[in-house]
Amino acid sequence: MSLRGKAAVVGVAESDLGEVGPGFTPLDLIGQATLRALDDAGLDKSDVDGLFSASAYHHMPTLSAGEYLGIRPRYSDATSMGGSSFVSHLFHAAAAIDAGLCEVALITYGSTQRSGGGRLVSGSEADPYEAPFNPRYPVSMYALAASRHMYEYGTTREQLAEVAVSAREWARLNPKAFMRDDLTIRDVLDSRMVSSPLSIRDCCLVTDGGGAVVVTGAERARNLKERPVYVLGAGEAHWHRSISQMPDLTVSAAAESGSRAYEMAGMGPEDVDIAMLYDAFTINTVLLLEDLGFCEKGEGGAFVSGGKISPGGELAVNTNGGGLSYNHPGMYGLLLIVEAVRQLRGECGDRQVKSANLALVHGNGGVLSSQVTAVLGSESTL
Amino acid sequence: MNPESGEPPAAVYRRYLESGRLGFQRCGDCGSAVFYPRVVCPVCGGADLAWETSFGRGVVYATTAVFRRDADPYNVALVDLEEGFRMMSRVEGVPAEEVEVGTKVILRMDREGDDPAPVFVPEGEGR
Repeated sequence: MSLRGKAAVVGVAESDLGEVGPGFTPLDLIGQATLRALDDAGLDKSDVDGLFSASAYHHMPTLSAGEYLGIRPRYSDATSMGGSSFVSHLFHAAAAIDAGLCEVALITYGSTQRSGGGRLVSGSEADPYEAPFNPRYPVSMYALAASRHMYEYGTTREQLAEVAVSAREWARLNPKAFMRDDLTIRDVLDSRMVSSPLSIRDCCLVTDGGGAVVVTGAERARNLKERPVYVLGAGEAHWHRSISQMPDLTVSAAAESGSRAYEMAGMGPEDVDIAMLYDAFTINTVLLLEDLGFCEKGEGGAFVSGGKISPGGELAVNTNGGGLSYNHPGMYGLLLIVEAVRQLRGECGDRQVKSANLALVHGNGGVLSSQVTAVLGSESTL
Repeated sequence: MNPESGEPPAAVYRRYLESGRLGFQRCGDCGSAVFYPRVVCPVCGGADLAWETSFGRGVVYATTAVFRRDADPYNVALVDLEEGFRMMSRVEGVPAEEVEVGTKVILRMDREGDDPAPVFVPEGEGR
């Protein structure tokens, strides 16, 4: 069964971002984002009959969101596999809509982790076979992957720093980005080491924030307010939960999720105008560019160097500034979709990628554990 | 306890550690080394998992030094044991940042408070 072009994103929004201040709850941000996304779509809350969410705050996230919003869905999906969950929700929503199980799906997320203490809020349990050695979750796990990539392919800290600098260059074009100061490779290299080889500037931000995405069937989408952004393909894969169980630390399951999404879309990496890759750490961007076919395995370090993924470079990657410089509210996957849709609609102002018709959205979750890819396209790609 | 289930895998592992040994499982059906311990082989789905003692010789597969504000960094590593399984541990006997991928290491049973902790030292550093 192919879902190609069967469903479309018709509304997107961020909640307030950055630091929203004390007192606001994650559900308040879900409320903000939902109102804005429904308004963007020209739909009413009463139109929503499918609800999708994941959370580090709420054990039963669609129940909590549904109650707060006053939505009584007939289809509810709280798939939880870390930051990629929301790309998975998009995939599952397209399938549910195609199967007639719901007509209008709302995917939503909110987190107040910055105002609530400034540390990552995570529901992750400790792995009893890893915990005695005190890895710092999750940065040490990604640092281990970086160390292996460096060993096998000669990837350097400078190349990882290129990822952070490129993200910052994009962020400087985005008024909603949390970090917009100048950033040089030297700054990244000299910043405080957290878990070698990753310094604090190799790590994503800890911000508040949330978002909402409204999805419906292609036919209904054509009669709504905004130009639809079609789901052309999607795929998911996971091979491990704990880093010590990851078969090869230089190859993520994105190699499978990406192939599945490309195959459904009938597209390949050469067709992609913008790539939104979940950059929890700088090594992610390198690994994902390789695993999603933009370059050969081991060449990711060279691929990101010399401004090739910066504004005006060869490939537009993480045009909102990414988790590294825009916002990263604990789980970031939903905001990848928001940016991709805005780029395909041409709403991105200074950072708008010219004639962007095809976007790759890729979510990562856990410790390089879950990988979910979606290919989104404008009308011309159908 | 249902006697047919036998001893929980985590309890057996712990018993091995308490006696100064690093235990792992070997699948009787496909021969794969299995770690962490479980009741089903993740490679072939077999249930015939037999315990063995690792010789404790391995190679550093990946490494990181975790930095702290008030103390020296400490090492966290993934070690590939020669029997064919991988585990998280740390390499001691050298500064955390100087541990290198590819270094040959050997098991040293340490204690972490009340708990036995299987750590590694570079080969030739003595046990």
